Amino acid sequence: MGVSVSANEVADAPQEARERTILGLTGEGWARILAPLAIGIIALGLWEWAVRVNEIPPYILPGPIEVGRTLIRDWHTLQVSLWITLQITFAALFVAAALGLALAVLFAQSRVIELSLFPYAVILQVTPIVAIAPLIIIWVDDIRIALLICAWIVAFFPILSNTTLGLNSADHNLQDLFRLYRASRWQVLMRLRLPTAMPYFLGGLKISGGLALIGAIVAEFVAGTGGRASGLAYRILEAGYNLQIPRMFAALVLVSATGIAIFLAMTLVSHLALRHWHESAMKERK
Amino acid sequence: MTAGPPVVTLRGVAKRYANGTLAVQGVDLAIGQGDFVSLLGPSGCGKSTVLRMIAGLMGPSTGSIEMAAGGNAAGDIGFVFQEPTLMPWSSALKNVMLPLRLAGTARSEAEDRAAAALAEVGLKGFEKSYPRALSGGMKMRVSIARALVTKPRLLLMDEPFAALDEITRHRLNNDLLTLWALERFTAVFVTHSVFESVYLSRRIVVMAARPGRVVEDMEVNEAYPRGEVFRTSAEYAAHCRAVSEALHGAMGE
Ligand SMILES: Nc1ncnc2c1ncn2[C@@H]1O[C@H](COP(=O)(O)OP(=O)(O)OP(=O)(O)O)[C@@H](O)[C@H]1O
Ligand SMILES: [Mg+2]
Repeated sequence: MGVSVSANEVADAPQEARERTILGLTGEGWARILAPLAIGIIALGLWEWAVRVNEIPPYILPGPIEVGRTLIRDWHTLQVSLWITLQITFAALFVAAALGLALAVLFAQSRVIELSLFPYAVILQVTPIVAIAPLIIIWVDDIRIALLICAWIVAFFPILSNTTLGLNSADHNLQDLFRLYRASRWQVLMRLRLPTAMPYFLGGLKISGGLALIGAIVAEFVAGTGGRASGLAYRILEAGYNLQIPRMFAALVLVSATGIAIFLAMTLVSHLALRHWHESAMKERK
Repeated sequence: MTAGPPVVTLRGVAKRYANGTLAVQGVDLAIGQGDFVSLLGPSGCGKSTVLRMIAGLMGPSTGSIEMAAGGNAAGDIGFVFQEPTLMPWSSALKNVMLPLRLAGTARSEAEDRAAAALAEVGLKGFEKSYPRALSGGMKMRVSIARALVTKPRLLLMDEPFAALDEITRHRLNNDLLTLWALERFTAVFVTHSVFESVYLSRRIVVMAARPGRVVEDMEVNEAYPRGEVFRTSAEYAAHCRAVSEALHGAMGE
């Protein structure tokens, strides 16, 4: 009955070959962590040394140790601000992802809708956020909502344009196959176009994650002088006015750390979603 | 055994693409029930065009294509492309389940039938493998299993083995004949290869280019099952020579 495959046709067995690992990481994995870490430690050491040797006062340039100390001392205040900035960033990212995806699906359904709406998405994208942020802050009473809108505007476009591209990238033969089996529009969308668009969407999300943070910070800088917000950007402004430069640096460190964390989180999400099939999530083979 | 009444009949079919290319012209062709027909011809002679029109993926510009009664529902026609054309985000089993799921078959029933189809093409144990973990030949097998899972009356194949090495191709040719004898579908097989067409088919339709048309309709009246013995027989060589001559005549050499 039926037929069978002989061994030499099985060119690539399903199991992956195991590489030698140290504490769960390959040699290259360790290098990837340790090398940048070493550079970072050397740079911080040089910085601290320069500050001490030249006796630079902390209100001009604090050394990394002083910054660290401030970070711990002011943690209580900073942590509240960090939390606010995180909330705005993630809310904006979530709305951008949901709306970007929904709009991209709408575009994919109708060429007319795409042609009529896409230019406005582009306009939204190319208008500098610093220029429109003051207007939004005036128009929207709740400052958090205003910040959220600003962050959303910045984060929205990469998701929209990437996902639109992805939805239109479905393999032609697969499209014919779906047609052959009389698949409905809905089935084509759910089973072919959305899965095809997945890596594109996740790529957009990775870019938008960082942009949402930038949008939230920039908008708060614009709004900050009003003193109504108290995210990380406001702390930086406030510390600047009071010449609390170490605190300014501490807030800056938190902003950078947040950006890095968002990037890593998005990379992880993308890896988990694509690891079974997409080239980008495969173990590199060199 | 001879071919039964036609499952599909082409009458005076011509196809002109939107850009003005006249791909095929004046094609009259009836494919008999249970037959194994190869469309053979040089690149660009319109083999894929004819096959896609039979599949209903596009209509002819002039002429008519008529399917026998009861051969028109989704799943009555299977199609195998030159590339495996699998969904990379789905396992082999899920790929084979697709036609059934699109037709609204319940998941558990679709799973059983897809697993059976995979077993039939020799891929038992690879249900959970993703396409990228399969070799070219195995991907093609998944593609064939997907085309057969709906038990089609007509299986259309567009140079399915063109990208495979010689040994794998021979093996898949043998397995295709086994499946054909087992499932009793009607096969239309597009190929560049004289040898492959003679080995597989009972009827070879030779086409020529500019404009694409049918120039020769030949029979390979040899018994099935065919195996390595047939491949080395004098009859096989004679058929290959005859088909080759027809093909070169068609190409004006
Ligand atoms: N979508 C299309 N639009 C315009 N012209 C096309 C299209 N598809 C095919 N053609 C043209 O129609 C002719 C026949 O093409 P077809 O793909 O049917 O040939 P073929 O015999 O399958 O060739 P091959 O063996 O290379 O696959 C060619 O001249 C080709 O350029
Ligand atoms: Mg072709």
